[in-house]
Amino acid sequence: MVNSGISQHLVVIGGGMVAQRLVEALRARDDAGRYHVTVFAEEPRAPYDRVGLTRWFEEGPEGIALGDQALWADPHVTLHTDRKIDSIDREAKTVTDRLGHVHAYDELVLATGSSAAMPPIPGNDLPGVFVYRTIDDVAALRGWVEEKRRSYPEGKPVRGAVIGGGLLGLEAAGALTALDAQATVIEFGTHLMGVQVDLGGGQALKRLINGKGIGVRAETATSQLKPHRRTGHVGRLDFADGGRLDVDVVVVATGVRPRDELARAAGLPVGERGGAVVDLSCRTEDPHVWAVGEVACIEGRCIGLVAPGNTMAEVVVDRLLGGLAEFPGADTATKLKLSGVDVASFGDAHARTEDAVEVVWADPVAGVYKKLVLSDDARTLLGGVFVGDAGPYASLRPMLGAELPGDDPSAFLLPEGGGAPNLELPDEANVCSCNNVSAGAIRGAVTQHQCTDVPGVKACTRAGTTCGACLPLVKKLVDTELERAGIEVSTALCEHFDLSRAQLFDAVRVADLHSFSDIVARFGTGTGSRGCDICKPVAASILASLGNGHILSGEQSTLQDTNDHMLANLQKDGTYSVVPRMPGGEVTPEGLITVGQVAKDFGLYTKITGGQRIDMFGARVEQLPDIWRRLVDAGFESGHAYGKSLRTVKSCVGSTWCRYGVQDSVGMAVELELRYRGLRSPHKLKMGVSGCARECAEARGKDVGVIATDKGWNVYVGGNGGQTPRHAKLLAEDLTSEELLRTIDRFLMYYVRTADRLQRTAPWIEEVDGGLDGVREVVMEDSLGICADLDAAMARHVENYEDEWKAVLEDPEKLRRFSSFVNAPKGADPSLAYVEERGQRRPATSEERATGVVIAGPRLEVRA
Amino acid sequence: MTANDVSEVQATGVTWGSDGSAVARWERACFLTDLFPERGAAALFGNVQVALFRLPEDPLDPADGGPVYAVQNLDPFSGAYVMSRGIVGTRAGVPTVAAPVYKQVFSLVTGECLVAADKAPQGDLPPDLRTYEVEIRDGVIHVGLP
Ligand SMILES: Cc1cc2nc3c(=O)[nH]c(=O)nc-3n(C[C@H](O)[C@H](O)[C@H](O)COP(=O)(O)OP(=O)(O)OC[C@H]3O[C@@H](n4cnc5c(N)ncnc54)[C@H](O)[C@@H]3O)c2cc1C
Ligand code: HEM
Ligand code: SF4
Ligand code: FES
Repeated sequence: MVNSGISQHLVVIGGGMVAQRLVEALRARDDAGRYHVTVFAEEPRAPYDRVGLTRWFEEGPEGIALGDQALWADPHVTLHTDRKIDSIDREAKTVTDRLGHVHAYDELVLATGSSAAMPPIPGNDLPGVFVYRTIDDVAALRGWVEEKRRSYPEGKPVRGAVIGGGLLGLEAAGALTALDAQATVIEFGTHLMGVQVDLGGGQALKRLINGKGIGVRAETATSQLKPHRRTGHVGRLDFADGGRLDVDVVVVATGVRPRDELARAAGLPVGERGGAVVDLSCRTEDPHVWAVGEVACIEGRCIGLVAPGNTMAEVVVDRLLGGLAEFPGADTATKLKLSGVDVASFGDAHARTEDAVEVVWADPVAGVYKKLVLSDDARTLLGGVFVGDAGPYASLRPMLGAELPGDDPSAFLLPEGGGAPNLELPDEANVCSCNNVSAGAIRGAVTQHQCTDVPGVKACTRAGTTCGACLPLVKKLVDTELERAGIEVSTALCEHFDLSRAQLFDAVRVADLHSFSDIVARFGTGTGSRGCDICKPVAASILASLGNGHILSGEQSTLQDTNDHMLANLQKDGTYSVVPRMPGGEVTPEGLITVGQVAKDFGLYTKITGGQRIDMFGARVEQLPDIWRRLVDAGFESGHAYGKSLRTVKSCVGSTWCRYGVQDSVGMAVELELRYRGLRSPHKLKMGVSGCARECAEARGKDVGVIATDKGWNVYVGGNGGQTPRHAKLLAEDLTSEELLRTIDRFLMYYVRTADRLQRTAPWIEEVDGGLDGVREVVMEDSLGICADLDAAMARHVENYEDEWKAVLEDPEKLRRFSSFVNAPKGADPSLAYVEERGQRRPATSEERATGVVIAGPRLEVRA
Repeated sequence: MTANDVSEVQATGVTWGSDGSAVARWERACFLTDLFPERGAAALFGNVQVALFRLPEDPLDPADGGPVYAVQNLDPFSGAYVMSRGIVGTRAGVPTVAAPVYKQVFSLVTGECLVAADKAPQGDLPPDLRTYEVEIRDGVIHVGLP
């Protein structure tokens, strides 16, 4: 460690969530570079979003990356991963790592978090017993479940049990079912989530959990874990009441222990139930040693939530920079993150305050239980419990300790808010507890920082970036604020249409219009308007999606962007590139020879695209028909590289050749590409198919990604590369080929109909009603009753497909469009100039033109 | 007759303008009917490239055939000769063309760049397009060149 001499050395032990926040806050505030910070992390990776740990199963490590990774490249920051600290010498002000290296510090922060508690039950160390705390834990858990499944005959389920029925245990049980294992939750207390929820809520919760196919055994103490006779793996749970349960895997989630071993060994005081004791400035007894996060024992206790930890991190940073911040107390509101089960509680959920009044609304059949805890005059909000419908949670939680408006607090518990007065949150109300963002800060993001949407506000304030529970409220605040600021959240396409693309699509479909003139006349804003470069391509896309013949037929041709008009991709020098379709990336040797010969004869630059096909650049308008005649004769068709439409279905070689493949990925890719070719959509569409979980086709970087499984296909949606890369998220699992096609049909048609102009699938999924879950309900469960219509629309598309280029070549009127000059139809653009590079030609730069090193004009071929 | 026929005449078809002062010579481009309505086409006069646009006819007077505008074919923002391939439209009633490369919008009447789309022209090219006079004589489009 190089110490610059001017800057102080801050050492942080532990690379968890709170450490990350501390470093982030320090770098944001320490402009002068007063500190160099070194983080020692025991885990072999940078800090990640532990709160989102369960997402790892679906999204992998990128899905739970935490904050901007550039933080770790900051010259004032050093991160050592896989580097546990073994001891602290407070006298010498040094720490010693597991390799025996000694590091000096000026200031030391303990951020060692907690470890999962392991109750002293005999057999708790058997193979197959897991805890649920780190990526390594969940990876090992998944590996174990998969291994067990492989060792079993087809159809025999893997049986799991979770010991502990708290927040964490339920999340782990959800993860087990997601891994296709059975799950039974064993709870010692009277009901699930005993810390957060009262008995009534616990009973409603049990019904909901059972509804997810998860078993629950409350009031049950586990007396031992018994090994399986043959394998020696965990095989059975024995309960104190004499009951038993056969298992293949056990997750223990009975709570956490602060990792205060270093503090103890260094002689720092620890709390009664563990944790390094700190004062409200988060300082231990030693003025140069601080503790933050779960390891800190503050106000007499350790807090197992990330939000208070983040607050402590901010307090320490403030203190290090000379401030006087103090820990303001903890917000212990919690929300269960188990999909399909809405549970949340905040404040005094158990009504322990003297004379507190409880207002309960319960619907046992639906498994809904909601309770508000109020002060004795039934006005001030003290806490709440929500099971089965956490809708009111987001807006009520920030009102904790405040007076509720209106006369009847029970109105807040009725479904859909049942006429409850609109809550106008005070500016200081905490909206995002994970990141400590107030309503005022969110309003400010809109009014002062010009954020005009939720993603913008998230980036600006960090609200909603951790557990996501506050997002509905954030969105509401943002919308209200935008409205108030008079910033119309205008969805109007342009001055010619007040409608959004989705609205216009529906309008055109329902009114059964087939020409732009009719669309403008019927839905346009002004008389006599003829549209513009914004609404015309939108109308063109809508007309094409609804099947209105060739895109260059009649009036439709006036709507097309030059790419669609020339059925080729415009390049910077005004020439075009040509991409024949190669479905699934498959091409015959004869096909390749044709492509090569055409490129050679027309002097085109050739390159393999990112989509597994060949692009030929530098074709002039008047050459396009001649080029395409040769390609069409050889059996090629348009690749639609120019369209807002399906580009390619990338594939790996799959089970036909690959040693690992479990399905024929190329065959499927070809089928998909032939099915959806030519489908016009709000933006370009890309797909991919991988033949096994190794994912060589990088399908999850696509709008629709298909990955083969032993049983069929998993389909992921909403991936893209580009400026904001997104990994596609799981839409449905283990589909047959037929189900796969139907699912993609509906997904695409739903997207085509409802997305905004130039909106790709990822942002569309974020904005469409209900997000990904909503999309799943529409396409898998037909929640809107539109699937028959979507299916029919796709069937029409498939039936009416024709190769656009072939149709052009057969029609002299369309061919006439491909003239370079109206008074010299075959004349080459005299401005074109090329130079040779790596054996091919490329456009000359303006310097090359100026200095005259230009090698070839438009007509000259590069090579003889 | 097609555009081809006109271009054959073109070599000898130079007419000198007697009216507009800016016009040094009138060149025949093509027949009005050679242009697709609401799309552009390029015309080449020596080394001068002009983009022609035929707008929709007045519904009250279809015989008129619709106005024709001519602007430079060079797109100042990309440096490529592609203006003829832009989408025509209107902004606040003014007929416009959008550059096909980076989507700037220009008035077809004055050539003024109405929407620069956060871009600057290439080199020291002015952002506005130069316009050319157009006359239609007996169904043939004539462009007035300086
Ligand atoms: C599945 C799950 C779901 C959760 N859900 C929520 C939720 O919804 N809301 C919420 O508020 N909280 C939730 N939590 C709790 C939240 O994750 C923790 O409160 C938070 O991570 C605490 O941060 P921390 O930095 O104090 O500790 P940690 O994130 O645990 O980080 C401590 C790190 O220090 C390392 N370490 C320990 N000792 C040493 C040493 N000697 N040398 C070097 N490194 C060391 C550890 O390996 C660990 O990586 C959840 C936790 C889990 C596991
Ligand atoms: C284990 C068996 C694997 C086989 C047989 C295999 C085979 C191949 C082959 C033949 C190529 C083409 C190479 C080329 O274009 O020159 C390729 C490319 C690639 N593979 Fe694999 N691969 C395997 C595993 C993986 C894994 C596990 C990943 C990712 C985690 C992966 C990611 C890629 C990527 C990203 C490309 C480049 C794709 C492109 O060109 O667009 N491969 N693979
Ligand atoms: S994804 Fe699987 S099947 Fe496809 S190439 Fe990779 S290893 Fe083989
Ligand atoms: S409350 Fe968790 S992200 Fe906002």
